[in-house]
Amino acid sequence: MKITLYIWRQDNAQAKGNMEKHALNGLNPDMSFLEMLDVLNEQIITAGGDPVEFDHDCREGICGQCGLFINGRAHGPLAATTTCQLHLRHFKDGDTIYVEPFRAAAFPVVKDLRIDRSAFDRIIQAGGYVSARTGDAPEANALPVPHRTAEQAFDAAACIGCGACVATCKNASAALFTAAKVSHLAMLPQGQPEREHRAQAMSAQMDEEGFGHCTQTGACEVECPQEISIAHIARMNYEFNRGAILKP
Amino acid sequence: MKLDAKIPEGPLAEKWGRYRAACRLVSPANKKKMSIIVVGTGLAGSAAAASLAEMGYQIKAFCFQDSPRRAHSVAAQGGVNAAKNYQNDGDNAYRMFYDTLKGGDFRSREANVYRLAECSAQLIDQAVAQGVPFAREYGGYLANRSFGGVQVKRTFYARGQTGQQLLLGAYSALSRQVAQGQVQLFARHEMLELVTVDGQARGIIARNLDTGKLERHAAHAVVLATGGYGKIYYLSTLAMGCNGSAIWRAYKKGAGFAAPSWTQIHPTCLPQSGSYQSKLTLMSESLRNDGRIWVPIRAHDQRPPNEIPEAERDYYLERRYPAFGNLAPRDIASRAAKERIDAGFGIGPQKNAVYLDFAHAIQEYGEGAIRERYGNLFRMYEKITGRNAYREPMMISPAAHFSMGGLWVDYELMTSLPGLFAIGECNFSDHGANRLGANSLLQACVDGYFILPNTISNFLAGQLTAPAIGPSHEAFAAAEQSVALQLGRLLNIQGQRTAGSYHKALGALLYDKCGVLRSREGLQQAIKDISALRADFWQNLKVPGATETVNSELEKAGRVADYLELAELMCRDALAREESCGAHFREEYQTGDGEALRRDEAFQYVPVWSYQGPDTPPELVEEPLLFETVSPTVRNYR
Amino acid sequence: MHLPFRHSIARKNLMALTGGFLSFFLLIHLAGNLQLLLPEARAREQFNLYAQLLSGNILIKAISYGLYLSILLHALYALLLALSSRKARGGQAYVYDHRRQASPWYARSMGLLGSILLVFLAVHMKDFWYVYKFTAIPLDEHGQKDLYTVVATAYQEAWYVLLYVVAMIALGFHLLHGVKSALFSLGLYHPRYRLWAKRASTAYAIAMTAGFCLIPIYLYFTQNPA
Repeated sequence: MKITLYIWRQDNAQAKGNMEKHALNGLNPDMSFLEMLDVLNEQIITAGGDPVEFDHDCREGICGQCGLFINGRAHGPLAATTTCQLHLRHFKDGDTIYVEPFRAAAFPVVKDLRIDRSAFDRIIQAGGYVSARTGDAPEANALPVPHRTAEQAFDAAACIGCGACVATCKNASAALFTAAKVSHLAMLPQGQPEREHRAQAMSAQMDEEGFGHCTQTGACEVECPQEISIAHIARMNYEFNRGAILKP
Repeated sequence: MKLDAKIPEGPLAEKWGRYRAACRLVSPANKKKMSIIVVGTGLAGSAAAASLAEMGYQIKAFCFQDSPRRAHSVAAQGGVNAAKNYQNDGDNAYRMFYDTLKGGDFRSREANVYRLAECSAQLIDQAVAQGVPFAREYGGYLANRSFGGVQVKRTFYARGQTGQQLLLGAYSALSRQVAQGQVQLFARHEMLELVTVDGQARGIIARNLDTGKLERHAAHAVVLATGGYGKIYYLSTLAMGCNGSAIWRAYKKGAGFAAPSWTQIHPTCLPQSGSYQSKLTLMSESLRNDGRIWVPIRAHDQRPPNEIPEAERDYYLERRYPAFGNLAPRDIASRAAKERIDAGFGIGPQKNAVYLDFAHAIQEYGEGAIRERYGNLFRMYEKITGRNAYREPMMISPAAHFSMGGLWVDYELMTSLPGLFAIGECNFSDHGANRLGANSLLQACVDGYFILPNTISNFLAGQLTAPAIGPSHEAFAAAEQSVALQLGRLLNIQGQRTAGSYHKALGALLYDKCGVLRSREGLQQAIKDISALRADFWQNLKVPGATETVNSELEKAGRVADYLELAELMCRDALAREESCGAHFREEYQTGDGEALRRDEAFQYVPVWSYQGPDTPPELVEEPLLFETVSPTVRNYR
Repeated sequence: MHLPFRHSIARKNLMALTGGFLSFFLLIHLAGNLQLLLPEARAREQFNLYAQLLSGNILIKAISYGLYLSILLHALYALLLALSSRKARGGQAYVYDHRRQASPWYARSMGLLGSILLVFLAVHMKDFWYVYKFTAIPLDEHGQKDLYTVVATAYQEAWYVLLYVVAMIALGFHLLHGVKSALFSLGLYHPRYRLWAKRASTAYAIAMTAGFCLIPIYLYFTQNPA
């Protein structure tokens, strides 16, 4: 397979970036997209150039570290797929592919395609937890959770924190990411005591980090590798309002 | 090097209780003054950092990923074991202890393994309290599945993402402590050297991967929770960044390295499809609950799987191990698969795989039930291979997965270097020569949440009057300088080959000579080849860029440099162990029907290697394994 | 500048509440205006009476101030949110952008649709409300201001009718996303009710557009027989 790549190159957060053209030959359709970038870097290094920095780690779609904007779409053209799980068989021989980092003011570029998503960590730090101490937790089966509730909570908890929702949102909103955690904990009995505080604190942090608001275009749930529904955003809004009303 | 396992006196079931009753504590006022470095934020690291911070210690937590939540614990799929006996199938701590000890081929300490089983139930309580959404039955109670090597259902799971959910639980606990100022988080930082003062660990040198700057961090104790080194095989189920550098550098500073050759090759992974491949994705062992493994009965059978009639299929695990069948332990399942593949029965374009078939399960339970149990795994399989496993069997193949070996630790999880602790996969403790499925998450959590918080206090209680050592101490300056020198050296070779290409070459070599099957000649040859590869590496490596900037090639080069040394130690260890046990299978030592031949009379010990310098062979120290409660038997899964 | 409703979700609540109030008003407005579809003599009498009734009622006056305030706040906070979203997007735009494949255009274009509506509103108020309130217009046979003639005359012009139809289509799409989105912003998360909310808002958007388009088109054709 032959692919022409236009790749975003940027030295650091302050520098101005630009698209750089590369041609690759002899690619295998069973190759993953990131393996193609490995081949590209091998080629660049051998030619004495500066390899492309990109985020990746587990390469099985669960760590959430990879995230590229491929041909104008977060994680590329497939639904419910991370960049690392995208394979060249989904492109045609001779295609031109545009590769950019996930863009948002709250996700500054570190270098090339590598971005800083620590804003997500700070949103979780603001309240995305149950304040349970290590040690003698109560017997797990003492508090039954209906199968359906547990499954719904899992649907939200499955978020891998990749940031595709932010990248694709016209407002660069982190509502889906934040809502997934709010919703996961709001559904479970363990999350009840801190429920009012959590939605307030996490969404305040979301604003603080410079993410935009949610206009419910639904683009995020389309690009989410874990197919997290925007219904969770509605639940976060409910939790927020509930907290605002019940706040002492 | 002198090894003292410090196993408490008393009957097996009382050892941990007695230890906790007698160990020393640090008062709240003093805890505030003591700092601990935790390297790695996977399950073990996050759990330890969060727990120690809750206790009042000042914690610095490091990870090379851009967020603690991305550590590779996240990828564990199938589940976590706990002796809760919710299924009323006769489970208890002793049975779990025995299963684990036996699964490890009687090559681990009784006391450690018992403690693991004993603390397992508590872990489930802990995780549920954190909001981990484990699978539940319709009545709302926790559900279980069974896993390889056991005859009870004791595995708790969260779809196929148990590791992710447990890690997110630990990460949330860690985040809470970061918010409270008890933990300072250093993401995108890689530990490059351990700093020791008077033979005691006192800090680390870390490189900020975003700026390339070296930083000095001092503490009263250092905890390594850096995971396994299975990525040494290059093609593995591990993440691209997984590495053995932290434990390797600790080894070179004096910590004993135990059983480096005990690495687990996982039987159910996706087969390699080409030379470009960077990763072999794991398909959870839980699939073996409902999937049946087979190859065609005739070698080189070219027919598509669905056209091969039932009578012409060889369900070789069911045939060879009728009692455990498809749920035989990993080492056995991998070896059986390799035996079939090598004998010409392999399937797929590269003839390097076996079938894992769900047709029977789908017929019995319906596609819906299978989808609910493994939907995400089937989807992952389709994404990677483009094939639908509901319609045709999966193709699977063994791949490097877990390292049982690691830094030697005593009962307190302290290495042979005072002040240096190792927890989770990076230590050698509970799994012996083979780890049972769903015990890895358990060990990481139990080490981090329940054991280390007790044992580290016992150590720190003795450090209250020790002189304060800050990052300006000369030991830090020397360590920083040696790191800077090595980075400079890597950059200055300016040869022809990339770090990645050396890594691939090393991996292929290890798969061949120190993988599922090992032999004396092969290992001797491997030691020579590795040494030649290493020499070439230092002559012909090419690392572009500079140190004081983002440079992932430099990161890779440093990790590969360490792997090239560790690989040799693995082969030395495998060569020295003239028996077959667990995942270590020496061709010279097998029974008439091809099963492992263990030689308890000569090898009932943990091999611990002690670094003697760059040009001197390492010294082998033995920690004898004493079995007071059980008597080692031949593992029989038939 | 410290405005109330600093939090983004709170701002979305304000958008939802003001939008909801405006949507409710539309329903009443349409119901009243449907009188224009009556036979001419009857329509003139009834519509003028209705206009008189509204302009004299204190309650209606209060509501109308609420309306003006809603329009003002809805537009002001839409502007503030749009500015913050622009800031959140960051300096560098995507070089190659196909995000449109992931969401409906009208959901992404609420600002544009809203701006069209704002311009329309200005024209609409000037031509009818201002004319009725502040200029001397002829009286009908019952001695009431003959608003019916003003309206009917306006709709004799094809371009004017077209302007209305375009604006009402913009309104339709604005409502199609807006009503559902407002319920969502306020926290209606249950999957079943969300489905009904979606259906109801779609039905509402279609009804409003059809209703408001019908009036000028009907008046145009009855006054310009082919």
